[in-house]
Amino acid sequence: MGNTIIEKIIKKNTGLSEVKPGQIVTVHVDRVMIHDIFIPFVADKFEEMGFDRLWDPDKVVLIYDHLVPASAVEDIRHFKIGDAFVKKYGLTHVHRSDGICHQLMTEAGYAGPGDIVFGTDSHTTTYGCVGCFSSGIGYTEMASILGTGEMWVKVPETIKVVINGTLPANVSAKDVILRLIGDLRADGATYKALEITGSAVDAMSVASRMTISNMAVEAGAKCCLFRPDEKTCQYTGTDLSEVDWIYGDEDAQYCQLIEYQAEDLVPVCACPSQVDNIHPVSDLVGTKLDQVFIGSCTNGRLEDLAEAARILDGRQTACKLIITPASRKIYLEAIEAGYMEILARAGAIITQPGCGLCCGRAGGILTDGETVLATNNRNFLGRMGTSKVGIYLGSPATAAISAIYGEIREPL
Amino acid sequence: MSNQIWKFHNDVDTDQIIASQYLLLPDVEEMKQYTFESLDPDFAKNVHEGDIIVAGENFGCGSSREQAPSVLKALGVKAVIARSFARIFYRNSINIGFPVIVCKDLYDAVKDGDMADLDLSAGTVTAAGKTFTCTKLPEYMQNILSQGGLIASLNKEG
Repeated sequence: MGNTIIEKIIKKNTGLSEVKPGQIVTVHVDRVMIHDIFIPFVADKFEEMGFDRLWDPDKVVLIYDHLVPASAVEDIRHFKIGDAFVKKYGLTHVHRSDGICHQLMTEAGYAGPGDIVFGTDSHTTTYGCVGCFSSGIGYTEMASILGTGEMWVKVPETIKVVINGTLPANVSAKDVILRLIGDLRADGATYKALEITGSAVDAMSVASRMTISNMAVEAGAKCCLFRPDEKTCQYTGTDLSEVDWIYGDEDAQYCQLIEYQAEDLVPVCACPSQVDNIHPVSDLVGTKLDQVFIGSCTNGRLEDLAEAARILDGRQTACKLIITPASRKIYLEAIEAGYMEILARAGAIITQPGCGLCCGRAGGILTDGETVLATNNRNFLGRMGTSKVGIYLGSPATAAISAIYGEIREPL
Repeated sequence: MSNQIWKFHNDVDTDQIIASQYLLLPDVEEMKQYTFESLDPDFAKNVHEGDIIVAGENFGCGSSREQAPSVLKALGVKAVIARSFARIFYRNSINIGFPVIVCKDLYDAVKDGDMADLDLSAGTVTAAGKTFTCTKLPEYMQNILSQGGLIASLNKEG
């Protein structure tokens, strides 16, 4: 019998000749990521466990992003503890203001096809976009990996999602993943792997696949895997011959099959305050907005900024518009491409790359009774300010057109 | 011994258990007073040592924050008994030695404020005049939990 992608990655990593869903195995971790919010807790637990050295400093990445730049005095404590940990244990992969962790992990080449990577953030599922098994964990578990290099995992069942055809011009990867979350519901993929395939996926950029794998955790998924192709290899600097084993076999066992015809999909939003509360944008037209947010590790990449610039070129925003590129590299590319000038002239507030608004720390938080349409990944109560803020999640195109009118509009 | 039930709905997320802005507090002891703030601002004041949380599907969905099970444990909550749990919350709970128990039938049988008697070793809970059998943890996880969490378990192995 054949294997799914996750089964193949676990087999290769463990050297086991066969693995089955439900089996508990110990894997050798290829890379870990810790971010600024949790570094103090990881450092504490690491020492409490009695470790005095990292299993492999080269495999540990520390990224400051949630608190960059500091917006409250207590944020600085996290940087100080992080810096002390770096010095004491000899970390070399440290990013203090380069962008959001989930963007940097593949952009800087820390997570590649076939790797097993864990991070102290639920959206660590993102690196599945290049065929990497990556998942979020807590700080105690992270401390244990830092000391041992190992982690136990239950081999997950896999849900196969097939999207064939050509997406309509106003439908993006964000609409695809929101629709999938709406159909699966918030717990529909819990403990399970997603494998996303089909001709519509083949046509997508790695950046678009990243939008999908980033949000897979909103349906509870452990990971969300794409088969690496030429585009993946170009992005990760890998040779196709090294990664051509990473695909789901025809006769692999899937626990569920979900199929979409791309032409049938429409622009959608997640409505307040659950990510699986999905409605077509056409039903929401006219909803008044106080603010629009385009950015984050979900949709802060060059193609997202390009789409926003295309729609906002020569126009003016009718409500606050906040733009947050996912990394410094993307920021620079967007400047060179002229997108930032278009967006700034349209009235956008452009922020530094970071998690700021998406995690409710800084850069445009809202108050009771206000409504925001945002391209990030979560619309939970209290996520972007007080618990009485209405958060709609949508694509960069929906966000950009809505910013022009100060109310929800469907992109053309 | 009977303990009070606090009943919550489906899809209780980690931001509802402990909101992001409190994660910057220096420790869980300071954080715990804000537990469930957006759902029930008085929860931390009124919950008693040994009380039990009963919830529907997908308890603890959302972020990877280990502070979510940690604040519940710090408040003295004995266990969360839910129809199902989100993956990271579930792992985090086991790793800190906090019992999370899957029981499909309890949720509909009890209401907020009922009393329940949880027998962790037998894997049963008695409430509303009935005894419910809970789903058993895989042995690997049971070992971590019974040793008091991952730190204790690692120290023992080491």
